[in-house]
This record gives sequence, C-alpha cells and structure tokens, in this order.
Amino acid sequence: MPTVYVNDKPVEIGTKRLNCVQVAELAGVFVPHYCWHEALSVVASCRMCLVEVGDLKDGKVTMQPRVLPGCQTPVKDGTVIVTGEYDKRDKSLPALAYDPGYTRTAPLGERAKKSQADTLEGLLINHPLDCPVCDKAGECKLQDFSYKYGRSESRMVDVKNTPPNKPQLSSKITLFTDRCIMCTRCVRFTREISGTAELYVSGRGHHEEIDVFPGRPLENKLAGNVVDLCPVGALGSKDFLYKQRVWYLKTVDGVCNRCSTGCSTYVDANKDIVYRIRARHNPEAQGHFICDEGRYGYHHANSGERFVRPVTKSEGKFKPIAWSTLLPQLKQEFADAVTANATGVVAVLSPFLTAEEAFLLGTYFKSLSKDVRLVLGPVPLIGADDTYPKNAKGEPVEPVKFTIRAEKAPNRNGVEAVLKQLQGEVITFASIAKESLSAMWFSGGYPDKSHLDALVPTGWKAPVLLVAQDLLPTVVTASAKYILPATTGFEKDGTFVNHANYVQTFGRAARPPQEARTELQLAFDLLGRKGLVQPGAVRKEMAKAVPFFGALAPETRIALEVAGERGA
Amino acid sequence: MPYEPVLLARINKPNSGKLEGYRADGGYATFERALKEKKPLDVVTQVKDSGLRGRGGAGFPCGLKWTFLPKDHPGPIYLAVNADESEPCTYNNRILMERDPHQVLEGIMLACYAIKSQKAFFYVRYEYGDSFRSLEAAVNELYAAKLLGKNILGTNFELDIVIHRGAGAYVCGEETGLIESLEGKRAWPRIKPPFPAIEGAFRKPTIVNNVETLACVTQIMKRGNDWFKSLGVPPDPKNPRDAGSYGPKLYTLAGHVEKPVCVELPMGVTIRDLVEKHGGGVWKGRKAKAVNPGGLSMGFIDVNAPLKGEDGKTEYDIPLDFNGPGSVACLGLGTAAITVVDDQTSMVDVLHNVCQFFAHESCGQCTPCREGTGWMLKITDRMRRGHGHKEDLDILIDVGDRIGIMPGTTICGLADGAGWPVKTLIRKFRADFEATIKSGVKSQYAKSLALVGAH
Repeated sequence: MPTVYVNDKPVEIGTKRLNCVQVAELAGVFVPHYCWHEALSVVASCRMCLVEVGDLKDGKVTMQPRVLPGCQTPVKDGTVIVTGEYDKRDKSLPALAYDPGYTRTAPLGERAKKSQADTLEGLLINHPLDCPVCDKAGECKLQDFSYKYGRSESRMVDVKNTPPNKPQLSSKITLFTDRCIMCTRCVRFTREISGTAELYVSGRGHHEEIDVFPGRPLENKLAGNVVDLCPVGALGSKDFLYKQRVWYLKTVDGVCNRCSTGCSTYVDANKDIVYRIRARHNPEAQGHFICDEGRYGYHHANSGERFVRPVTKSEGKFKPIAWSTLLPQLKQEFADAVTANATGVVAVLSPFLTAEEAFLLGTYFKSLSKDVRLVLGPVPLIGADDTYPKNAKGEPVEPVKFTIRAEKAPNRNGVEAVLKQLQGEVITFASIAKESLSAMWFSGGYPDKSHLDALVPTGWKAPVLLVAQDLLPTVVTASAKYILPATTGFEKDGTFVNHANYVQTFGRAARPPQEARTELQLAFDLLGRKGLVQPGAVRKEMAKAVPFFGALAPETRIALEVAGERGA
Repeated sequence: MPYEPVLLARINKPNSGKLEGYRADGGYATFERALKEKKPLDVVTQVKDSGLRGRGGAGFPCGLKWTFLPKDHPGPIYLAVNADESEPCTYNNRILMERDPHQVLEGIMLACYAIKSQKAFFYVRYEYGDSFRSLEAAVNELYAAKLLGKNILGTNFELDIVIHRGAGAYVCGEETGLIESLEGKRAWPRIKPPFPAIEGAFRKPTIVNNVETLACVTQIMKRGNDWFKSLGVPPDPKNPRDAGSYGPKLYTLAGHVEKPVCVELPMGVTIRDLVEKHGGGVWKGRKAKAVNPGGLSMGFIDVNAPLKGEDGKTEYDIPLDFNGPGSVACLGLGTAAITVVDDQTSMVDVLHNVCQFFAHESCGQCTPCREGTGWMLKITDRMRRGHGHKEDLDILIDVGDRIGIMPGTTICGLADGAGWPVKTLIRKFRADFEATIKSGVKSQYAKSLALVGAH
C-alpha cells in the first residue's frame, strides 16, 4: 500500500492522486493555502502552502534543498512531507531517518515555517489592515493565517499602495482593490466554472489589480461565488455589505429551495433574520458552488408583505383570528365538507413543503376520508435547465460543471413519494383546477409569488372553503376564506428530495414570525396530537410509513458531513 | 594576435542583412550539406559534443536540451526562438538580428532539422522594431528562394518561421512566460515540470533557444567542433558537473565606459581586459567601482575587493565564463552584458535603479516576488531621499535572499535575479550605504516618490 509520511505520521493513500495539501489533511495536518482550491486549476502562486518534501528510500530520507508549494507537488509512495508545524507533531511516533546534513542547517519544518511567515509579511505589505471596517473580519484567511503563522509586527514603514476601489465591478459585487492578495481564485472561477471570463488581472508587479473590461461587468448567474472564494475581504457582496459582523451570525446547514438541484448551503442568520446564504461543499448535490438565484433568494423571508398571523375573510375583508378559535373551526368545517361530499375536498401539497410536512398533512386529510384527494401543488418550470460553463458566445459547453434547473421548487420528488404512498398516485393541480370543489386546503410557500400566479389558470374558481397557507399574497390567497401564514425553508427543520432523488435534511436557521405556526406543527395540531412537534420524530415516523424514506429511519441526518474548512 | 570575430564577421559589410550577401559569404551551404548529408540525430550529436551552452542566461547545454524531446513524437514539435532581449544593457541579440539575420535563420533551420520541427516561432521583443523588420525581410527572401516552406531544396523537409512581436515585458523572456505570451496569454511563467521540451507551446514539445545560441549552431555546423572547442575555457577538472565554457561570446559594454560596444571574444576574457582594452576604459578618466558582469539580475562585483588566494588580483580580474561570476557571489554569466559603475556614483542610486526595474517588471504571479520587489523599491526610494533607516539594509538582504527558485518561493528564476543585485550590492558596499544613511544626504537624482505604474 503506497504510504506517505506527513510530519512522521504514515498515511496510506491507496490509488488516489493527491497533492501535499490533501495528504496532510488526511494526516490531520492543516497546510494553509490561498490560491489552491479543489475545484479550480493549480497556479501555485500564493506561496502559502510551502512545505519541505523528501523521499524515503531504504529507510533513509533525502530532503529536497528548497521548499515546495504543497498544492502543486504530487505525492507518491515514500514521499515525506514536513510542514511548518513539525514541532507540533505527534511525538509518540518514531521519527524518520532524516538526512543529518539537512537538519544541521535548519531544524525540520523551520524552512517551511519561515517561508510561510515571509509570504504573509509580503501579503500584508500593501494590505490596508482595515479589519475594523472590513466585512470579512472574523472569517478572513489573511487574519487567521497571520495570527497563526505570521509575524507579530510589521517591518513595513513606507506608504502603501492605495488603488481605487471598484464598486462598478458588478451590480451585486464590489471590489476593495487594496485588500486583494492576488490569489486569482475569482479569475479562474469565471474562466473555468462559469466560463464567462469577465475577470482578469491588469497591471503588473505590486500594481496588479483584479478588473473587468469596460462595459463588461461581472454579471453571470454564478458570479456570487467569487465572494465565497475570496479568502480576504476584497470581493464583497453588496447584498451583505455592512449588514452584520460575521461573528454575530449563526450558521446552519441548509438546502437551497430555489430549484430542484437542491444545493447544500450555509444559512447565516442572526436574531431570526437571515442575512446570507453561502455554498456548502457537497459533491453529491452540487459540488462547491451555488447560483445567485439561491444566494440572493432569501429576501422573501424578510419581506414586509409576508403573512404573519392567520386571518379570515368576513364582510369582504381579512381580519385576524386567534389560533385557539381557528383550529376547532377549521376541523369542523373540513369534517362537514367531507361528510357532505368527500370527493369534493382536496388538499394541495406544495412542492415547497418538506417531506415531513407533506406526510403529516396528507395523513390528516386521508384520516378524514379515503376519498379526499391529495394533489401535488403547482410546480414552476421557468425556461430550460441552465448549465455552466458557457463559452464566449454564452452557449453551454461540456463537461457541465453546474446546473441551474428549470424546475424552481426543491421537493417535488419528496412530495410525490409521499403522495404515492398515501394514495397510490400523483394528482396534478392542473387536472383538478377546472373541477368545481367544495373545499380545498392549499399549502403554498412559494418564495416568488409570480411563479404561482402564472400557474393558476385564468378563470379558476376557488371553492367556498379555501384555506390558503402561503408566504406572500397571491391569486390563491386573494380568494381564500382563511389565510394561514406559511414558513420559509429557513424557518423549519425538514427533508428535501432533489431532482436526482438525493435526500437531504436541513436545520432551522431562524424562527418563523411570532404568530405563525409551521406547517408541521399545524398538521400535528389538526391530527389532534398534543404538544410541540418534533421534526425528528415525524421523520422517523415517515421513514417507517414511506419506504422511499426508509434510509432516514436509523439516523436523522444523512446529509454528507464534508471534512475540512467550512466554505473554504 | 587579436581575435578575428566569427559571429560578428559580417555585420559591417554592405548588404549584410540580404540573402544575396549572405550567400556570397557561403551562407546556407552548411544547411544544404546538413540536409543532404546528415541525419537529424547527427546534428544533435554534433551540437551536443561541441559543448555549446545556451547564451540566453542560464547556460544550459544546448544539445542536451534537444535530447530531452520525447522520442518518436508524432509531432508537431516547435522551436521557439527567444529574442525577447529584455535584460538591461544587453544588445548582443539585437546586433545579430539587425545586421546578420540570415546567420540566425540558418541556425534556426539547422536546429529545426535536428529536432524534427516544422515550425519555428521567432519571438522578437516588441521594442525591437528594426530587428523585426530586418527579420521579416529576411524570412520573405527565404520563402521567395524556396529555402522555407515545403520540400526545401528538393527534400521532404518542410519548415515555416513565424515572426512574433513580443508583449513588451521582461518576463516574456522567461522560457515558459514566452510560451504563454506566444499563445496569446498573459506572460505568467508556468510551473515546471513539465518542462517545455515535454509540453510547451500549444501543449506540444517545444525547444526554446536564444538567438546567439542559434547563431553559434550555424558556426558549429560550418566550422566544426574542433574550432568551437579551441575557443573558451575547458571544464574545471575539480568540478565534475562543470560543462566548460567553449566558443565565442558576444559581450556588450555599457554604463560608464568610453566606448559602449558589442565585442566578440572567446569565452573567459576578464572584466578588466574587456573594459580597459575593448571599452576604452572607464569614462572621463575615472575609476571603476562596481561592475555588473552579465545583465542586472546577475548581481555586482566590487572592483577593489581582493580575490582570495590570488595576489594582487581583485574581483575585476575574474574571467567572464560560465563559472567566473559565480565564484564571486554573482548569479552567473547571464547575458554577458557588462555595465560599469564609476567611482563617483552613489551606490544608493544604483540600488534604486535596480529596484525600480524589478518592481516594474515583476510579473506579479508569486507573492514573494510581487510584494518583495515593490517593498525593496519603496525602501530604496526612501533611502535615496535621505530618510534611510539602519535596519533597512538587513530587510533588503532578507527580502533579496528569500525570493526565487533557489529558496523555492517562486515559480520562475527571474525572482532570484531580482534579489541578487540587491544583496550583492549591499553585502559588497555596505559601508557606502551605511554612510549615506547616517549622513541623511538626499541623492541628487531623487525626485518625489514616483512609482512606475503599469506598462
């Protein structure tokens, strides 16, 4: 078995083709880096990942006389890596037989350590050190690495370069030029992943800057990723700029609800307000990146238009109603409608519901009568799947590295799996839209209300008893008897199933508005169960009842926990 | 007996740049003979055995480089001619290209025949307009005479030479930077390995050779290895890795000399001889203080520093072969462009000039060089304005020491070249710098902080 030694610790690499940074990570040693990114090409230019490399042959280690960039140095059987943190190694392991000539001139790890400190000193020469007003402070790699690997004081006493900032770089992204450390991750991203190649390096030497060509701003649907990729505070999202200090944010693993790709995300919220969505690396779902629709697609959660309490229509106007009055009333009215004509009662389960919610709501309505129909809510299809990278003409190129899907709903597959289990078939909204019904429960949760408005046929006649649960006012809520506030994908704990039937659970990042009840709690209450709902318990119940979700039974989370730095 | 120039033999003749004139002097006969009588491998072997080392700066054995090409490669294989002569005070390639382009072109044709290349890219520095025009005219003459194109001289050999004007940056002269620039990209040197001989221009095997090297190839094939080896310095028997410094070399003289000229001499002439005999001595009757033995990036020698173990000799007496400058802490022979600094020049001004050049020309890819060169410029600029600190000198040496491929902190070797003159100047003339810093005298050339912007 091929073995590599990292700070004397043997690591078996099997048949994998790895570089020194990756192998060190397997050994539990972090090698700091800026320019290297798993999804991008290797340029080895930041010179932060410098390590000492040697070869183990016949029990003796021959070290190369110079430090090497770990990101660009492939390992093979017998490669010996000594990082700058050699003095913090596991000293219980036997030391290898290093060349005494090599260790005589400098102790092991000292060369790498000094080179890394030198690199950091270089990076800070023209860096403005404006951390107190920088949005990145707190999650900045330059801060972190300087603290951990750098010098404690600067020897630079001269005037720093102060290139002008570039807020015109893009409508959504601004560039603080002086903070840039020229890792060129953003440039490589636009060339290799989005393929749109808007960014380039202008100038030379210490006057280098990231820039766009005049009249060709950084506008593509993946552009926001350059902000995530930027290891320092140079590229800033205008959406997030000066909104929050990052150390106030609580990060929760989320799943994007804007299309059926189901990207894994980090949802950053503070005091129940979502401020930012970032990509979470998940090779099973989407990879390293997310699109701008998902990244900026959280504003509906903070919208002033949202329904925040249940209301009922009386005398042509919506008036608030207390849950304690509303719940018995709803139960009674649906029971009456079912008794009168069960086939005239439908429950529309939106593709924005979590699987647990669809399961519990469906269970409730099927408990009223077998003839109550469960219907899949309208599924927005906008245009065609949009794949990246693009070529210069904007045409998609193979191999595809990212897809924004046309189906703008996160959980059609999950809801369908529930429907198939509960009633054996999936009834679409279009097929019942023309029918004259007596009662309808319409669960919505559409973040973009125009999507729903477009899918309800003109001349649609609302049943007399229409209970609409949604986030924002739509044509459906307009003709409802009761409007119940819905909760966004950030305000609940649940499970989504993406286009490829990949099941992901996610956590709650923010609490819903005070007077709102989550769909899950509501279904729980309608079923007459007592107390607060436990999403995990419902998930187990669902997993037992619906074989499709069987895998969720033994453990509640199957979303891949990806090793390494979050969002790095 | 004075040395009779070979490479520069024709430059003062009328019609020296014309095919007619070159043919009258026996031009292209060597190529024709090689094409008809020799196999490509024979040419490679002869060049390898001649001991010809690259004239571009690194001194890598030329024939050896040719043998690094993959065997039985289906092609195409490219030859890239490095004529991006950007090292300060260097103009030996320019003379060859302007005055005797056919000598170089014949070398290219021989080299292409040897390495089985059907396409050569002649990468000419952008600023060299005259060279570009004379080469273009010469290549057109060759096409008209059917010496380029298909079925050259009735054989199966075909060759095209493309003249490419460079992108106006120092880093375009680094061999992989040149290849990137040739491909139409920003001239950021590539990570090696793979070396260009395995994967170079357009991801095909590529040999990059200097103009003067190729002119030497012409003469080696014409006059033979015995002639070539009769000139220059044989390998040092004590150093098994020394490949010797054979052949003629074009030395250019610049700076404070009476006659700034390009002279051709056998390898191994001493700096003193070169300056005193061929350059007419230091200008205005002054004395030399420091000499840059081979292009700015090679560092400086102290004219008055005695050589160890050799009585009465100073660093001024070192031979200009591939080993000489290295023996006195310089980086190497480089481009053999000798720049003389007289004894009335402030070393702070020299240092500032050096730093300004490298800060301007650092390509900006690797952090240590990008930030290091800029920092060194800022320090020396301040020092020149009379505000130097005593710790500045140690910082400059530290920065100079830590950038480059030797410590392993950069991708290309030009960073070593940026640090070398700084640290040799300070180490060799420390007393001068300390005196200037202590006195706080402002340089007579110091203006306000004028940093050079993007090119």
